[in-house]
Amino acid sequence: MTNIEQVIGQSQHRSALSRVMNFQVFWVFIAAVLACLALTFLTDSFATERNLFNVARNFAFVALIAVGMTAVIASGGIDLSVGSTVVLSAMVISVLMEGGYPFWLSAVMALVAALAVGAINGVLIAYAGMPPFVVTLGMLSIARSLAMVLSNNKMIWEFGPDHDLLLWVGGGATLGLPHPLYVLTALVIVMSLVFRWTRWGQYVFAIGGNEHAARLTGIPVRNLKISIYMFSAFTAGLAGILMAGWLGSVTTNLGQAMELTVIAAAVIGGANLAGGEGTAVGAVVGALLIEVIRNSLILLGISTFWQGTFIGCFIIIAVGFDRIRRLRSAD
Amino acid sequence: MSRLRLSGISKHFGAITALNDVSLEIAPGEVLGLMGDNGAGKSTLVKIVAGNFRPSHGEIRIDDQVVDFHKPLDAQRDGIEVVYQDLALCDNLSAASNVFLGREPLRSFGPIRVIDYPQMRKRSAELFAQLKSETRPRDLVRRMSGGQRQAVAIARTLLSNAKIVLMDEPTAAISVRQVAEVLDLVRRLRDQGMSVVLISHRMPDVFAVSDRIAVLRRGQLVADKATASSSPEEVTGLITGAIEAA
Ligand SMILES: Nc1ncnc2c1ncn2[C@@H]1O[C@H](COP(=O)(O)OP(=O)(O)OP(=O)(O)O)[C@@H](O)[C@H]1O
Ligand SMILES: [Mg+2]
Repeated sequence: MTNIEQVIGQSQHRSALSRVMNFQVFWVFIAAVLACLALTFLTDSFATERNLFNVARNFAFVALIAVGMTAVIASGGIDLSVGSTVVLSAMVISVLMEGGYPFWLSAVMALVAALAVGAINGVLIAYAGMPPFVVTLGMLSIARSLAMVLSNNKMIWEFGPDHDLLLWVGGGATLGLPHPLYVLTALVIVMSLVFRWTRWGQYVFAIGGNEHAARLTGIPVRNLKISIYMFSAFTAGLAGILMAGWLGSVTTNLGQAMELTVIAAAVIGGANLAGGEGTAVGAVVGALLIEVIRNSLILLGISTFWQGTFIGCFIIIAVGFDRIRRLRSAD
Repeated sequence: MSRLRLSGISKHFGAITALNDVSLEIAPGEVLGLMGDNGAGKSTLVKIVAGNFRPSHGEIRIDDQVVDFHKPLDAQRDGIEVVYQDLALCDNLSAASNVFLGREPLRSFGPIRVIDYPQMRKRSAELFAQLKSETRPRDLVRRMSGGQRQAVAIARTLLSNAKIVLMDEPTAAISVRQVAEVLDLVRRLRDQGMSVVLISHRMPDVFAVSDRIAVLRRGQLVADKATASSSPEEVTGLITGAIEAA
């Protein structure tokens, strides 16, 4: 006879190790570490402070948005508009700051613009019942076009009285670490807790697992979806502000095709495109692997045109992994 | 006293009459077997009681109070729980999470409120024990047998202290051993004083657990009698129309 305590403690009869190894994040992380080690030995330039600083900063932008994308994918959706939201947010802050407005006000307005994009996505998907793919594809076009209208398609590199503050926020470093990395760390910690410990997090995964069931239990599925797309847009808006400061100039190509890298990062990190799975840490590890690959191609003198091939292979391998796990657990 | 009383319920879908003037009554702690051919209107009746549809005509009373449900949540508030044909569980979540989905207990840390997982696991382990099911709270529903999934769906109804549990073909797609498990679950619900409406095409299941049997044919109630005073032959005749009414 087993008592309640034992039953509670039990899950599947498997060791902790085998459970860790079942985690895609674990393998992706190992791959990234191996790549880093190999590069350290193969090149003189990888393990330099300068290069590591660049890697850390570059991957932070993709990782930030990949955390937002993970929420969307875990809920069974997709958000193709994040790259355009990045440029819209960056354009709003640049245009306002160029016009003499202070940094904080302009940053808030940039986030408001991003959140508005997310809210429109969410309402059309949740209330009008349109497929996320189509809605956010439309928004991909709209948001970038609005950024062009806003800036008259000119490059902006003069940010008014708070010019230096913007460059410091996005491009500066504290204690040797680039600022975007701090933002990313905070976001990942908060979202890991939110995904696991709050009702919102639980419902995101419930909707992705079985939307119909979620609705029947009385979960406010529609409003939740709106909040999910707004969160995704928020991360893109945040990345837009930081990128503006990092680059020191903003053009309307900013964030072009970024949605693909972001989705790749999330999927490589274990987000399941069928919904119901994904972690914030996974998104970051996925983004890290992509950036390490990109960096290694450059350092090894291989044409960066190969980058897409590598990333594509990793996506397919990641999805393949998932298939294998599923087949194994089916019997 | 009747727990649930339906009087003169009709439901039209455009030109289709899915239910025609159905009146039924269920006492507390009673198991009613609801039978009928495909398209007879069984699921429609369940959905009306569960608040998915509103009846075109007729009245629903719970504990002699007239109720009017606009959405499933209204019915839940009045103590009606449904175990759906397709079970409506989230495969990617644990058994405990599914039992508590939509009503997770929270614990406060200052202004922050987080899900109380230990409490959830403890309570669902108790519910599974109560149902004598070997379901473990931490297990993912994806890896469970059909019987264990039923236990999860049914534990939800225990959790909410439902008065009336509606089960739409709970034994349709599971193995013989699991059917026995589910029928045991139905008896446990009854022992807790809940009323159960069990829809099934499987004659032995209905005869094994129900106190009364009601038969629908083309939207009309053609029989409503004690199980003890009926027989599978009679019910088969009623379903097909070989016997007009009983
Ligand atoms: N939403 C709907 N819109 C239109 N017609 C419907 C709808 N739901 C049910 N019907 C019709 O109502 C009738 C009764 O259907 P119902 O699903 O209640 O049958 P059932 O007894 O549950 O059958 P089964 O044993 O196949 O589950 C059928 O003719 C069906 O086509
Ligand atoms: Mg049916």
